[in-house]
Amino acid sequence: MEITVTVNGQEHTCEIEPRLLLVHLLRDELGLTGTHWGCDTSNCGACTVWMDQVPVKSCTVLAAMADGRHVRTVEGLEGPAGLDPLQLSFMSCHGLQCGFCTPGMLLTARWLLDHNPDPSDREIREAISGQTCRCTGYENIVAAIRHAAQQAQQ
Amino acid sequence: MTARSEHPTPMGHGRMVRKEDARLIRGQGRFLDDVTLPGMLHGAVLRSPYAHARIRFVDTSAAESHPKVRAVVTGEMLAERGMAWMPTLSHDVAAVLATDKVRYQGQEVAFVVAEDPYAACDALSLIEVEYEPLPPMIDARRALEPGAPLVRDEIPGRTDNHIFDWESGDAAATDAVFAAAEHVSTCELLYPRVHPAPLETCGAVASIDRISGKLTVHATTQAPHAHRALYAMITGIPERKIQVIASDIGGGFGNKVGMYPGYLCAVLGSMLTGAPVKWTEDRSENLMSTSFARDYHMHGEIAATREGRILGLRVRVLADHGAFNGTAQPSKFPAGFFGVFTGSYDVAAAHCRVTGVYTNKAPGGVAYACSFRITEASYLVERMVDVLAHDLGLDPAQVRMRNLLRPEQFPYRSVTGWEYDSGDYPRTLTLALELAGYDELRREQARRRRAFAETGRGELMGIGISFFTEAVGAGPRATMDIAGFGMADGAELRVHPSGSAVLAVSCMSQGQGHETTFAQIVAHELGISPDDVEVVAGDTDRTPFGLGTYGSRSTPVSGAAAVVAARKVRERARVVAAAMLEVSAEDLVWEKGEREVGRFHVRGDRAAGATIAEVAQAAHADLELPDGVEGHLDATCVYNPPNLTYPFGAYICVADVDPGTGQVTVRRVVAVDDCGVRINPTIVEGQVHGGLADGIGMALMEVMAFDGDGNHLGASFMDYLLPTSMECPSWELGQTVTPSPHHPIGAKGVGESATVGSPAAVVNAVLDAIGVRHADMPLTPAQVWRAVQGRPIRTDVAIGSDNET
Repeated sequence: MEITVTVNGQEHTCEIEPRLLLVHLLRDELGLTGTHWGCDTSNCGACTVWMDQVPVKSCTVLAAMADGRHVRTVEGLEGPAGLDPLQLSFMSCHGLQCGFCTPGMLLTARWLLDHNPDPSDREIREAISGQTCRCTGYENIVAAIRHAAQQAQQ
Repeated sequence: MTARSEHPTPMGHGRMVRKEDARLIRGQGRFLDDVTLPGMLHGAVLRSPYAHARIRFVDTSAAESHPKVRAVVTGEMLAERGMAWMPTLSHDVAAVLATDKVRYQGQEVAFVVAEDPYAACDALSLIEVEYEPLPPMIDARRALEPGAPLVRDEIPGRTDNHIFDWESGDAAATDAVFAAAEHVSTCELLYPRVHPAPLETCGAVASIDRISGKLTVHATTQAPHAHRALYAMITGIPERKIQVIASDIGGGFGNKVGMYPGYLCAVLGSMLTGAPVKWTEDRSENLMSTSFARDYHMHGEIAATREGRILGLRVRVLADHGAFNGTAQPSKFPAGFFGVFTGSYDVAAAHCRVTGVYTNKAPGGVAYACSFRITEASYLVERMVDVLAHDLGLDPAQVRMRNLLRPEQFPYRSVTGWEYDSGDYPRTLTLALELAGYDELRREQARRRRAFAETGRGELMGIGISFFTEAVGAGPRATMDIAGFGMADGAELRVHPSGSAVLAVSCMSQGQGHETTFAQIVAHELGISPDDVEVVAGDTDRTPFGLGTYGSRSTPVSGAAAVVAARKVRERARVVAAAMLEVSAEDLVWEKGEREVGRFHVRGDRAAGATIAEVAQAAHADLELPDGVEGHLDATCVYNPPNLTYPFGAYICVADVDPGTGQVTVRRVVAVDDCGVRINPTIVEGQVHGGLADGIGMALMEVMAFDGDGNHLGASFMDYLLPTSMECPSWELGQTVTPSPHHPIGAKGVGESATVGSPAAVVNAVLDAIGVRHADMPLTPAQVWRAVQGRPIRTDVAIGSDNET
């Protein structure tokens, strides 16, 4: 089947198998390997992207369901003005180690700050609670999101 | 929180931002599944649904006729090439693809190579396998019973499931101590089978060049050089024609040390098709078949005076090694470094005996940041100390303080033969107790207990302590090897004419930040900027031989190699600088000024001098050098560590428990670590944070249990529960610094400290809250509730089958 998906502002028309998962469309068909795959069951969140402004786990979304929609991936975080402030704060706060969960964490964090510019630590933890990190114990991910929020408030 | 440090300015540019982050925060890392080669095909593994079954036949004809399938590999095909079995790292063999029978659920039976991964999976369902199910050997405690199902009947003459007996310590002296002791406490403890579960699963892309015969394997490996040696051993291809490349790795934790059948199937798939073949696991495959951790059934005894002075420890362990003895550890240590089970305490005698057995479960056992079984050893002794305190009605903090090794005892030779390099344990425990506010916590606990007793409502709270000592940085070549390879590691340092440097190392980061910390080491030693040091790792064609990264060995071994190589360069630079400045080398003084820029200057004339960059230029130019002095500024080192390093720490957990529901909330974790000199404190703290989360996972959530048929009950992240941001509190860290006397910069390993030390703290806290002497991990709500009722269950078997302890 043919679908048309807009990814990070760029329109793609692809001929796909109906069963193709969105994560595989992004990674294997479009070459956007920043979106990672970790579990198959929507538990780990490494594959989190935005679909029409909402974070989704792309390992359990069919590419066909993204037909006519807008998808945003980690590759779409950096804009003409440079890196997203969250990307900078993840670096400065050591919010990543192996970096495998980082793209998904960044996209959820961007959604959170867009909707709640001054979240409490509890709200930050709830926002990322559907995503697993095996390296950081979450401490510096929470710190990085808090830091980015504080920077934006100034 | 950083509480106390004798080295307020850490060496080598301290808390610099990591170099690897720039690509990772952009999604531009290169993980295994990101590797795509021209014409690449995709492999998928057919796995056994049974834990134990004889294979009657495998029919691949329907799969072969699938239009997108390019090859189907079976065990028989491997057998024809002598590749059906591979050597393990523990003097055993393991099946690559099963030929005679399957020995655990999820074992590899066949391999399909197809044009796309979906087609490869489709073709798996076209393979017909007829199995004859056999009774499975699931409960390790029954593995040695007469008539137990035989896991390894293919080994001639084998009549039981016994693998090895190994002991450590003086049995007679220990028995004498126990016979004379005023008090003995005993306890049965299970450290359940858990899984490292890195977020990135295992995988490989294998590619054979038909003309040169060169095999290139991109792989998720923590030990690229060891893997190259194994590929050479198994395939017969000489090492010079094998290149193993590991790029970014999405977490390892020991899961990516061993050799897995999928890697070899990808190699054979490439040989058969002439095209590159990619194989990656899905999550269930990762959890069911690749290296698990722990599975130690322990019987502990602790002898003491009535005042709580510990006299001796006696331990019997039943070790479930699964169907093949494939533990990845120094080969003379079949129970890893479990021999450090006396922990941080001054005991008169100790003895342990470990018996390894085969079961119908996946092989492995040494993984999940365990420091070669020190996790099990540390849990044992830290749980036993709490059991002792419980039985004697003593405060567990006081019992620990009374028995800790004293600073003047270092270097300390333990009764089981380990030489602890340095430590000041009472200082570290005192600091942790201060940070936690221990006395006030005990008062709060008493208030809560009174309120609960009066009303029968509310939450209880508990305080758990763990004081761990690790032995990491394997290791001295004389006693430590893996698969016959001594555990020394190499470093090669080249300083370019402009003064920038490239360091090539044999260790392999899986997120530990080697590109940054190793650059900091070289920068510190040479007085150049870490931005001017490039670290190369993970490519066997570009790095010196060494055994890789696990057991917290990177900084103790490869880090030391980098220091020594840099110091060799500095000494060469001194000779070159002497020629430049027309003085003798002895008249030059090494100094490091602002921003750590280093230079040699002439004694008594600071103005006359040269930086490393200036020396490097001269060393590559036409400067006339003294006889016997080579030009350029390069050096290599193979570092053979004289001893292990012994990091230690005090962890305190505060947990709130609802005895009505069994729900546990970890309120606080205080962790004071002493890992010697810290190179990049931010990275050290990050590693501690991650390990503390592991401790909560293992203590409260994680377990791989099996039902009576051998079905794996934790084969997805829906069943194998990992801690999220909601279960983890904000960690409270402190530090003390006791340099290692034998490491060239005084550093010790730290990557596994918190994973080793924290589970006991969490368990001790929960059991302290409910006043229960012992219940096994994981302390799920169901287990805590049962423990409150006085009937804790076995957590390693299916509920209802055989789980009354």
